[in-house]
Amino acid sequence: MRVVIAEDLALLRDGITRLLQAFDFEVVAAVDNGPALLPALIEHRPDVAVVDVRLPPTFTDEGLQAAIQARARIPGLPILVLSQHVEQLYARELLADRSGAIGYLLKDRVSNVGQFVDAVRQVANGGTVMDPEVIGQLLAKHAGTEPLHPLTAREREVLGLMAEGRSNAAIAGRLFVTEKAVSKHINSIFSKLGMPPSDDDNRRVLAVLTYLNA
Amino acid sequence: MHSSLAERLERLQPWLRRRLIQGGQALLLAVLSVSANIALLVLSVLALAFTVLGAGLFAFPAVTLAVRDLANLNRRIAAQWTGTEIPAPYRPEPAGAGLWGRYRWVVTDPATWRDLRWLVVSIPVGLVLGLLPLCLVGYGLEGLIGVPVLLWSLDVWYGYATTWPIDSVFEAVLSVPQGALLVFLGGFLAQRIHQLHAGFIRALLAPTPTALLTQRVQRLTETRSDAMDAQAAELRRIERDLHDGAQARLVALSMNIGLAEALMARDPEAAQQLMAEAREASGEALGELRDLVRGIHPPVLAERGLDGAVRALAMKLPLFIDVDVDLPGRPQAPVESAVYFAVAELLANVAKHSHAEEAWVRLRHGDGRLVAVVADGGLGGADPAAGSGLRGIERRLAAFDGTMSVASPPGGPTTVTMELPCELSSPKTSPYSETG
Repeated sequence: MRVVIAEDLALLRDGITRLLQAFDFEVVAAVDNGPALLPALIEHRPDVAVVDVRLPPTFTDEGLQAAIQARARIPGLPILVLSQHVEQLYARELLADRSGAIGYLLKDRVSNVGQFVDAVRQVANGGTVMDPEVIGQLLAKHAGTEPLHPLTAREREVLGLMAEGRSNAAIAGRLFVTEKAVSKHINSIFSKLGMPPSDDDNRRVLAVLTYLNA
Repeated sequence: MHSSLAERLERLQPWLRRRLIQGGQALLLAVLSVSANIALLVLSVLALAFTVLGAGLFAFPAVTLAVRDLANLNRRIAAQWTGTEIPAPYRPEPAGAGLWGRYRWVVTDPATWRDLRWLVVSIPVGLVLGLLPLCLVGYGLEGLIGVPVLLWSLDVWYGYATTWPIDSVFEAVLSVPQGALLVFLGGFLAQRIHQLHAGFIRALLAPTPTALLTQRVQRLTETRSDAMDAQAAELRRIERDLHDGAQARLVALSMNIGLAEALMARDPEAAQQLMAEAREASGEALGELRDLVRGIHPPVLAERGLDGAVRALAMKLPLFIDVDVDLPGRPQAPVESAVYFAVAELLANVAKHSHAEEAWVRLRHGDGRLVAVVADGGLGGADPAAGSGLRGIERRLAAFDGTMSVASPPGGPTTVTMELPCELSSPKTSPYSETG
C-alpha cells in the first residue's frame, strides 16, 4: 500500500516511515510542511495519507485544512489525521463530506504499533476510525440526549466501537458476543437512526456522524 | 389647520408640570446648599481648629466624611437631573489606619480641600441658582395679576419692572407683557438651572487630571500585583504538576527500559513484560503533559482562536450551548487566553450549578472593546461576592482593564457580561492563499 506522510518533527516522521515500512507499506512521499502536502497528495494519490494536524508555517491546523481540501479535489481520499490532542470539532469537520475513509487519532496511539497499523489499514480500506478519547467524551456527554435517545445502552456501546473503526468481528470480540448478535445490534441502530439500506451513503459513516453531532 | 385652544392647553400641561418639578428641585437645592453646607462648613472649621487640642484628630476625619457624603449627594443629583456623571476623586482609606493615619489620610488628600472650597462657594451659588427661577416666576405673576388689579381697584403709587412709578392705566397694563416675559424666563431658567448647577459641581468637584492619574496608578498597581500573584501561583502549579507527574513517570520509564536492557539476554520474557510496562508509563506521561498543556494554553485556542476554542468547549459540556462569535480578527494572545478561560470557567459553572438545559455564548467586538456574554436559563442566584470563581475571573480580567457584570436574580436567568478594551489583529488569512 502506498502512503504519504506529513509530519514536521523529523524524529517522528522517520519513526512513522520506518514503522509503516516494517509492515510492508510503501512510503511514496514524506513532507514536513503544510503547503507541500496538498500537491504531494494530488500528485501521488496514495492509498492512505498519515497527516499531522499542526504543521508549519503557521503551526495551527494546516494539516487538517489540507486534508479537507485534498478530499474536496479527490473525493474519498483516505486520510488518517494525527493530533497531539483530539477535538470533536475537528472530527466533525473531517467527516463532513460523509464519504468515510477518515481517521482521527491521538499521536500517542503510534506507540501501540499493532493498533496504529490496524487503524491505517482500516482507513485505507474506506473505514472510519475515531480516537477512543473522542468517543469517551461523547459517551460522557450524550448519556440520554436526542437523537441517540432511542438506542439501548448496548447499542450505544456498539456504536461507540463502530466509531472507533472496529469491524463487526472485532466488536464481537470486545463485547464477548457473537458476530451475529453484533450485526443484529447494528441493523437495529440503523433503523432507529432512520438510515434505510442505500448504495449512495456509507451507513456506518452516517451513524458515526449522527453520533458526533448528537 | 390651527390646533384648538384645548389642544394647546393639553400640550402645555406636561410642560408646566416639568417646569414645576424643576422649580421645586431648584428650591430644594437652595435649601440644601444653605442648611447643609453652612452646618458642615462650621463643623469643618471647628474640627480643624480643635486639631490643636487633639479632639480634631478624631473630629476632622468624621466631618470630612460627612462633607464627602454631601458632595457625593450633589454628584448623584447632577447625574440624575442632567445625566452629568462626575466621578469621585477621593483616595481610598488606608487599611488598618489608626487615629493619626486617618487624619493624615483626609488632610493629605487634595480632594478634602477642594471639597471645602466647594462648600463655601456653593452656599451663595446654590442659593442664587435655586431661588432665581422662583423669584422670576413670582415677580412675573405679580405683573400678570397683581399690578393691574391693584391699580384698577386702588389708586396708589407703585412701580413694576421698567416703569417707576406707574402713572397711567396704560403703564399699569404694560406690566402684563413684562410679567409674562418674566414668568417665561423663570420657567426657562428652571430648565437650565440644573445644567448650570451640574456644570458648577463638575468645575469644583470633578477629579483634577492629577487626581485621575493618581487613581489610575493606584488601580494599575493593584491589578498588576493581582496579575503577578496569579501568574506566580500558576507557575508553582505547573512546576508541581511537572515534578510530581510527568517527570516522575519519565524517570520510572527510563529505569524500566534500563532494566529491560539488562534482562534482555538472560530473561527475554521478563524484559518483554518490562517493555510493555514502559510503554504504558510513557502513555500516561503523555496524557499528563497533554492535560497540563491544555491548562496553560489550550491547543485548539492556538489553532483556531476564540471562535473554534469556545465551540470546542461547548461540544464537551453536557448541555446545549449556542455559540455565536463575530470577531473580524484575533485579539492579542494574553487577552484571548484570559477571555477563553473566563468563558470556560463560566460555562463550567453553568454545567455544575445552574441546572440549565441551555446556555448562550456571544462574542462581539466594537469601539475598541471586546464584549463576551455568557448566559443560561437556569436557576440564577449566582453571587460574585460569594463565589471565589467569579472573583477570580474578575481579577483575571482586571489585569487587562476588563470588567465583569453579573445579573442573576433568584429563579434565573443568569447573564454574565465581560468587557475588555482591546484591538483585533487583521483577520487570519488562509495558509494556502499564497499557493492556491
